[in-house]
Amino acid sequence: MATRQTQFLARALLTPAVGLLFIWMIVPLALTIYFSTLHYSLLDPGSESFVGLENFRYFLTDPAFLASLQNTLLLVGSVLALTILLGIPLALLMDQPVIGRNFVRLMVIAPFFVMPTVSALVWKNLLMHPVSGLFAWLASLFGLTPIDWFNDVPLFAVILIVTWQWLPFATLILLTALQSLDEEQKEAAEMDGASAISTFIYITLPHLARPITVVILIETIFLLTVFAEIFVTTGGGPGLQTTNIAFLIYSQALIQFDVGSASAGGLVAVVIANIVAFFLVRIVGRNLEA
Amino acid sequence: MGQITLQGVQKSFGPVHIIKGADLDIADGSFVVFVGPSGCGKTTLLRLIAGLEDVTGGSILIDGKNVVDTPPAKRGLSMVFQSYALYPHMSVRGNIGFGLKMAGLPKDEINRKVEAAAATLNLTPYLDRKPRELSGGQRQRVAIGRAIVREPKGFLFDEPLSNLDAALRVQMRIEVTRLQKQLGTTAIYVTHDQVEAMTMADKIVVLNAGKIEQYGSPLELYERPANLFVAGFIGSPKMNFVTGELAQQQGAATIGVRPEHLKIERDGAGGWVGTIAVAEHLGSDTFLYVDAGPLGMLTARYVGELSLHAGDRVSLVPDPARIHRFDQSGAALRN
Repeated sequence: MATRQTQFLARALLTPAVGLLFIWMIVPLALTIYFSTLHYSLLDPGSESFVGLENFRYFLTDPAFLASLQNTLLLVGSVLALTILLGIPLALLMDQPVIGRNFVRLMVIAPFFVMPTVSALVWKNLLMHPVSGLFAWLASLFGLTPIDWFNDVPLFAVILIVTWQWLPFATLILLTALQSLDEEQKEAAEMDGASAISTFIYITLPHLARPITVVILIETIFLLTVFAEIFVTTGGGPGLQTTNIAFLIYSQALIQFDVGSASAGGLVAVVIANIVAFFLVRIVGRNLEA
Repeated sequence: MGQITLQGVQKSFGPVHIIKGADLDIADGSFVVFVGPSGCGKTTLLRLIAGLEDVTGGSILIDGKNVVDTPPAKRGLSMVFQSYALYPHMSVRGNIGFGLKMAGLPKDEINRKVEAAAATLNLTPYLDRKPRELSGGQRQRVAIGRAIVREPKGFLFDEPLSNLDAALRVQMRIEVTRLQKQLGTTAIYVTHDQVEAMTMADKIVVLNAGKIEQYGSPLELYERPANLFVAGFIGSPKMNFVTGELAQQQGAATIGVRPEHLKIERDGAGGWVGTIAVAEHLGSDTFLYVDAGPLGMLTARYVGELSLHAGDRVSLVPDPARIHRFDQSGAALRN
């Protein structure tokens, strides 16, 4: 297999694919880097000029940057915590033999298939609307003042929506992991006199360590770039209360028409994502080692 | 103490009757093997005794106390599973000590007991390893360690050796038997391997289709099988069965002769004549598979080497004192 001819052949055959992938990735990156060094306003085409790292200075010293960085981390952290803390009990429940189990599973997984824009609209207009929303109606049943979600607790409202979308994913991954837990191990624990809670703590939870890691890593990738939910519901406001990095870059590029600064922001976002990934892999990645 | 009694134990899964009424009396300290073909209900019966399944009817007494409503951990039995069911994220020490930890014993006592159990099983150097870093035989011993550390009234083994290779199986077979004798604890052992049953058991329970066919010592089962099923199941190679006129001459519907009780003679010496289809020369034994025409295929065993080969004609003379007779229903006829 590993003769010189087959190695050469393998490399030769792989080259087009690797080359295409390389170009696919490197062209946008190179362009972004190039744009990030230009003064490039869409309102003033043709006036592009090289400004060095000025765009980065502008983006990083913008008070909106720190606020949006904080929002991003808060959003990612809260959604991760909520999806896992709710996903584990949900998965445990769905692992029980009940009538209509397949239907229940389908229903629980359904939110994952709803487009972010659609689910955000549903939450905004049907559930969280302070006048005509379901939550407002529920509150009025008990004589409470309805919460104006997107004004009073905007970031929390966004966190709720995103959690609702990602909970099925976490539940599904954890459920499949639960189903692969050896039945004899649970029986052995039962013979050893472990209560249901002890079995959960000593047998089930360690078994779930790896799928929880997978959920954290995959969700982080997507949660760093949450955009549609914010765009549809709050538009980043009020003020900067729900602006995350992704939304900030969007507003630089397409609200302020500043391509240079948006590109710089994009590169900053890449660096932040890598920093987060580095720490994540350090913290939870060892669970992935067999 | 560990006397286990089953009284009319029944188990059904919906309309399917797995155990159709089992009565059994297991004396304290004895090693009892449940043996039978797959699907005969032997594992189910073991799980009923363990408490991992609920009985549909009847009662299970441990030291005279009915335990059918007692949870598994309170029955004072411990179990060794077929897959070992070790906790993968715990060290060997954690695995063996888990039951004691759940029982709320103080740490130093757990450590002392775990180390004593590990010493018995030669596991001391591996105490801080994880199960995945152990070989099959070592994992097996950890599973046994987990069972003995709780000092139970009885051990339950569910085909514990079936995942080991042949050489290791023989070695572990001896180790398990010796350990059980040394501890003097009642043991119930499930296997489909009749050699394991014969070599390990004080008493064997032969199960077939949810019924106990016979309960007795290995040699009792070998010498006086209660029916056709036990006769065919116990002993290797299998007993030869002959029906028809030859059986009727003996006043039976079927007669059976074990391969080792057929004397092999050159053709013309009387007895049952046939042609050798296959001859297996093991050195210590010679097995002949003889096509005896209307009698069908007969197996004969000779201790030592016999220079006969496929195609040779031989006559097989049954030892008259060792002929088993069975009636129409398959039950053994006694003289």
